[in-house]
Amino acid sequence: MNVNATAATAVESRVTADVGAGDYQTILRNPSFQELVASRNKFVWTLSLLMLFIYLGFILLVAFDKPLLAQKVAGGTTSLGIVLGLAVIISAFILTGIYVTRANGRFDALTERLKREVGR
Amino acid sequence: MIPRSSLALATVLAVLACPPAARAAGAIEGAVEKQGLNLTAVAIFFAFVLFTLGITYRAARQTKSASDFYAAGGGITAGQNGLAIAGDYMSAASFLGISGLVFSNGFDGLIYSIGFLVGWPIVLFTIAERLRNLGKFTFADVAAFRLDQTSIRVLSATGTLVVVSFYLIAQMVGAGKLIQLLFGLPYSFAVPIVGVLMIVYVVFGGMKATTWVQIIKACLLLGGASFMALMVLIHFSFDPNAMFAAAVQVHPKGDAIMAPGAFVADPVSTISLGLALIFGTAGLPHILMRFFTVSDAKAARKSVFYATGLIGYFYILTFIIGFGAITFLMNDPSYYKVGANGGFDKIKDLIGGAANMPAIDLARAVGGNVLYGFISAVAFATILAVVAGLTLAGASAVSHDLYASVIARGRTTEGREVNVSKISAVVIGVVAIVLGYVFENQNVAFMVGLAFSVAASCNFPVLLMSILWSGTTTLGAVVGGFLGRISAVLMIVLSKAVWVDTFHMAAAPVFPYDNPALFSVPLAFVAIWLFSKIDASQRAKREQAAFLEQYVRSETGVGAAGAHAH
Repeated sequence: MNVNATAATAVESRVTADVGAGDYQTILRNPSFQELVASRNKFVWTLSLLMLFIYLGFILLVAFDKPLLAQKVAGGTTSLGIVLGLAVIISAFILTGIYVTRANGRFDALTERLKREVGR
Repeated sequence: MIPRSSLALATVLAVLACPPAARAAGAIEGAVEKQGLNLTAVAIFFAFVLFTLGITYRAARQTKSASDFYAAGGGITAGQNGLAIAGDYMSAASFLGISGLVFSNGFDGLIYSIGFLVGWPIVLFTIAERLRNLGKFTFADVAAFRLDQTSIRVLSATGTLVVVSFYLIAQMVGAGKLIQLLFGLPYSFAVPIVGVLMIVYVVFGGMKATTWVQIIKACLLLGGASFMALMVLIHFSFDPNAMFAAAVQVHPKGDAIMAPGAFVADPVSTISLGLALIFGTAGLPHILMRFFTVSDAKAARKSVFYATGLIGYFYILTFIIGFGAITFLMNDPSYYKVGANGGFDKIKDLIGGAANMPAIDLARAVGGNVLYGFISAVAFATILAVVAGLTLAGASAVSHDLYASVIARGRTTEGREVNVSKISAVVIGVVAIVLGYVFENQNVAFMVGLAFSVAASCNFPVLLMSILWSGTTTLGAVVGGFLGRISAVLMIVLSKAVWVDTFHMAAAPVFPYDNPALFSVPLAFVAIWLFSKIDASQRAKREQAAFLEQYVRSETGVGAAGAHAH
């Protein structure tokens, strides 16, 4: 895209200018596109719900089961709450890692295949 | 759908509710007293300013086009952007505030960190790549992709300006407090120093300078905090259990610091705060803008991965620092105001206040005056980096959304648009300086919470629905966005922090919870859905038909603006 175009804000014309009328229809009907979107959506929803479940689960435990979180781990001073709290932090990192690995591999490969197929 | 289940959950929890206790960290809290002049800190801060001005000078020479100014020419790498995003989150308030919270309450400090962190995976999964594929400079580019330019850009730009103003006021007042506490200089010095420097970074260096200021600060803060945590762990031979055991021994609350305390007595406020943090993160304009600085969706995705790791690591550090401060400081009277009988309260009597000082004092305990000066200087520098990002986001909303698209209706040049942006940055800076003085003696702790709530209740729902739901129309987005924003502001004004503690209108708040997000976010989503459904206009039909084209581009990046080489 030419950044030296006179108006930096010609957003209105961008859709038709960049994709070309009808071009997106080809992509929409392409099986690679459908496979990409379906598998990625499923994956993303699973991960999002898992993250919300972990977070809300932790908050609900904090709100409703303080004695459980106060329990000691392995006879030391460290409490279960601290272990679980750190686990939530680490799980956020691991979930993003899982997504990025899958996206860099499978989803990017599908996108590349799609672009080759429609000649972009 | 999400809104309906949240409402059901809200009803259940409302029945179980107790008095509110959770508050939004993010502003420098509590009254401060001016301390003695800290020359080391002033010198190190001065060096930071000189260095960043040098970078701004270099960036200015490379900043030619609008793309350079708004988005650093799309030439920021994923790693750099991850550091810069993390920098936006590692504010003075989160470093000093969360370690202070751990110092006073132990475990409870962890609850905040987690709320701030879990927004990032959600941002990555739902919007990061799609933003990069659809947008150019501001998130309004994305929201207005197939909807009416004028109304959506007015909605998004005003949403940006509201969020930026609240956030800026909190930062300016925070800077004033920190300069007294950390440098031993008067409040009135901080406001013009911060205001003028942020104008210089943005006007001359644009996004490139803003990003590099953020990256340098992030490295300094991570380096300093890592060193402090390392010294604490070495002291306990890398056995966290020994550290916790020592902390429980000296802390006045004893073993209670290992478990949830009274801090989160009210589950509704806690979950509401959690929602504001998660969805607010995904609606903060200065954060969203960062996704346009990288070359493509792949880099956007990787930068969130790096940012999540860095932010999570940083919060673990603040936790260790908080516990380290308990073990190193609480038995040492030299950090306390000792009473006539030789006794002192281990939390209330900490010199400078337990809300902000534990991390700074720990720096002195483990690293002497040099580390003390270094950490003080870095804590103050964090504010500069955050306000520069905010100013750039505000200025872009004025020039790119309001001026170029609404006022000039696309008939302007790139050069003129960038000039409008620079003028706006100066105006925003001057207004921030004035507000910094006006709010000197006000309690502004609620303002960051307000910024997050507005971002979560207006910017985020409009953005998400316009990207993901084909049925969204301009009418739905505008009505839903404004309803979400107005309800969020109203509920905060009627809550305890503002209605009772700030305005002293009544003894009891009208709105019983501390944070409105649990109610205002679903309201915005439902209103967008409802008003899109009943919108039967010709325009609505065109907008819904245009979704497929937008959909293809948001999912594949075909047609998206790439990196700009010069």
